Amino acid sequence: MAFEIPKISYSGKVREVVLGTGDKAITVGGEAVYPFYLFEGEMPRLPRIAMEVWDMQPDGWPEAALEPFAGVTDDPVAWAKKCIDDYGAEMIALQLISTDPNGLNRPAEEAAAIVKKVADAIDVPLIVWGTANHDEDTEVFRIVAEQCQGKQLTIGPVEEADHKRIGAAAIGYKHTVGASTPIDINLAKQLNILLGNLGVSDEQIMMDPTVSGIGYGIEYCYSVMERIRMAALTQQDEKLQFPIICNLAKEVWKTKEAGLPTEEDPKLGDVKKRGILLEAMSATVLLLAGGDVLVMRHPEAIRLVKEIIAELSAEQ
Amino acid sequence: MALTGIEIFKLLPKTNCKECGDPTCLAFAMKLAAGKAELSLCPYVSEEAKAQLEAASTPPIRPVTMGVGDRALKVGGETVMFRHEKRFDNPPGFAILISDTMDEAEVNARLERFQLEYERVGLILRPELVAIKCESGDAGKFAGLVDKVKQESDCSIILMSDNPDILAAGLKACADRKPLLYAATEENAERVAGLAKESSCSIAAKAPGLEKLAELTTKLTEAGVNDIVLDSGSRTLRKAFEDQVIIRSAPLTKQFRPLGFPTIVFPCEMTNDPMKEAVIASVFVAKYAGIIVLSDFQGESLFPLLVERLNIYTDPQRPLATTEGIYEINNPDENSPVLVTSNFSLTYFIVSGEMENSKVPSYLLVKDTEGLSVMTAWAAGKFVADAIGPFVKKSGIEDKVKHRKLVIPGYAAAESGGLEEELPGWEILVGPREGSLIPAYLKTWNP
Repeated sequence: MAFEIPKISYSGKVREVVLGTGDKAITVGGEAVYPFYLFEGEMPRLPRIAMEVWDMQPDGWPEAALEPFAGVTDDPVAWAKKCIDDYGAEMIALQLISTDPNGLNRPAEEAAAIVKKVADAIDVPLIVWGTANHDEDTEVFRIVAEQCQGKQLTIGPVEEADHKRIGAAAIGYKHTVGASTPIDINLAKQLNILLGNLGVSDEQIMMDPTVSGIGYGIEYCYSVMERIRMAALTQQDEKLQFPIICNLAKEVWKTKEAGLPTEEDPKLGDVKKRGILLEAMSATVLLLAGGDVLVMRHPEAIRLVKEIIAELSAEQ
Repeated sequence: MALTGIEIFKLLPKTNCKECGDPTCLAFAMKLAAGKAELSLCPYVSEEAKAQLEAASTPPIRPVTMGVGDRALKVGGETVMFRHEKRFDNPPGFAILISDTMDEAEVNARLERFQLEYERVGLILRPELVAIKCESGDAGKFAGLVDKVKQESDCSIILMSDNPDILAAGLKACADRKPLLYAATEENAERVAGLAKESSCSIAAKAPGLEKLAELTTKLTEAGVNDIVLDSGSRTLRKAFEDQVIIRSAPLTKQFRPLGFPTIVFPCEMTNDPMKEAVIASVFVAKYAGIIVLSDFQGESLFPLLVERLNIYTDPQRPLATTEGIYEINNPDENSPVLVTSNFSLTYFIVSGEMENSKVPSYLLVKDTEGLSVMTAWAAGKFVADAIGPFVKKSGIEDKVKHRKLVIPGYAAAESGGLEEELPGWEILVGPREGSLIPAYLKTWNP
């Protein structure tokens, strides 16, 4: 039977953004089709995974999430190196948990010094993510941006309230910003416009639409990401044509279901596998909505998602 | 594609005879367009108009129902590619595979795992289907297993064999369950179609590739079988994924009817790694499968898949809400803290989750805010002093605690004065703005 495969006519393309420098630099974005619709066009840069490292000893992580990093969770440099050497991390995402004013409240200079140490110790691209406290983040990134000049970091979250200060640091020292908005396509566009007006170049922006895991509102970010991609690819909305970063591990592993011991609710199955699957499946859902960079934690979940990416894009 | 009310009106007799029960043909046309009336109610509509209207009113992707009773499953019937355009209506069914070459203990264990179910936001999440596969080649053995499954479980059933004789034997054992027959192929289409027609069961059509599949469904519909589920035969993730997308879009965007049916996918045949199989299944929950057959069910993979399905198939226009009331967390007593929040399900999950994490025994009062979050509900006047006050009074919390201290969300701090007026004798404490700060807050709480 004569059957013509229906194809969408795309009119736009996601911009390419280079993360890091040197041999290990990674280019993300560039897709001209909906995620993995490879019968319609190209996705020249496949989504990438950054492994998460905390800048302080994590508190309250389920056993399964700590186990792969036993012995290094009190040392961000050793932790990052372990991710690269033992688990093949292509990128590191350093979460500045210690600067949270409601937590350890570590001074900006100290936090920035840790970032510098990690940045100097690794050769893969580094993402540095703050706590979304505007004063803290601004202060830390002001120092980090300067000290890590030339490393082309990704720094975020950059929100409307602090976009001028952090944006200026990014422009001055050539870093990429993670433009963060609360699950809303219009706010996302608005922030990109503001960053553009400020002088942040289009090659320096990734978008963080704010993500969550399965069971905790993933459908909201899923649809916002789908709409962002639709606007970028079929409606030529230039201010939404940026790669998307999904900082998901933190969200998944803090949920009750990711850590509830097997014996407390046997119907939920093995706690370790459950945590890994919640992370891997949440990541997969976000991939299908348009995620370009996924910040993930468990090496096993990362392996699974890498295989899914490889198989969805396999030659045939 | 669906016609508008005006387009339908043009095809009606325009006599306003009222015999359909509506005052005018236009009113009737509007009801037809909204799917609230049947064309057969009009005694005077011409054959030509009927044919035109039926073609236009047939859903582009046919809804197919299998099974009976509580675990009956309706799949297909979708009208959009993206859930923000209009909600996805019919969530995919999950099937556990049972083969007639498995020993009895294994079969029993699987039937037991089929019973796994979970409660979330007042809904029961559970799988629907058992796929019974004939690998022995023995019709009698297969029928015996089908009978056992039917006796011991209220599941909907998929009968799996390429051999029509074996399908017939299985069907005989469970015809009243309205199983899905898997599968009609180019070779056996006539006989399997015959079985489906006799028993008014649905049928899975399997062919290598979409063109052959379209030919097969055309053959089946010509033979009078319309309740069809599609298997394009692809067992690599990339091809199966693409097939799902194309099978969804061809009927919706090109009105290509031969592919206008729900699909069935087999993650169980795409990998030997159970963890990977679960992640592959998660792809198909989001991207368009009608039935997902898994090699086995385990809590650690079934639970996330069921919740993912719930999430993706939630109506984007209507937030999920939790029931209003008192929630007891960590076995509270009369001295435990009392917190109040809105009934947006995400708010509830996050707040109750953090309270559980804190290990502090406590009460959570969930106020009905029509599914709005704290800030939105506050702005909309649904989470304000004169709404929260009466709710707290009638909630019965005063009988459960000796103290009179109520913790309100930081975002509703402006209501604390009003609440003290509404609730004489109560002290109103302003809690944190973010859920993540609740454990620290609770640890410092004293009655």
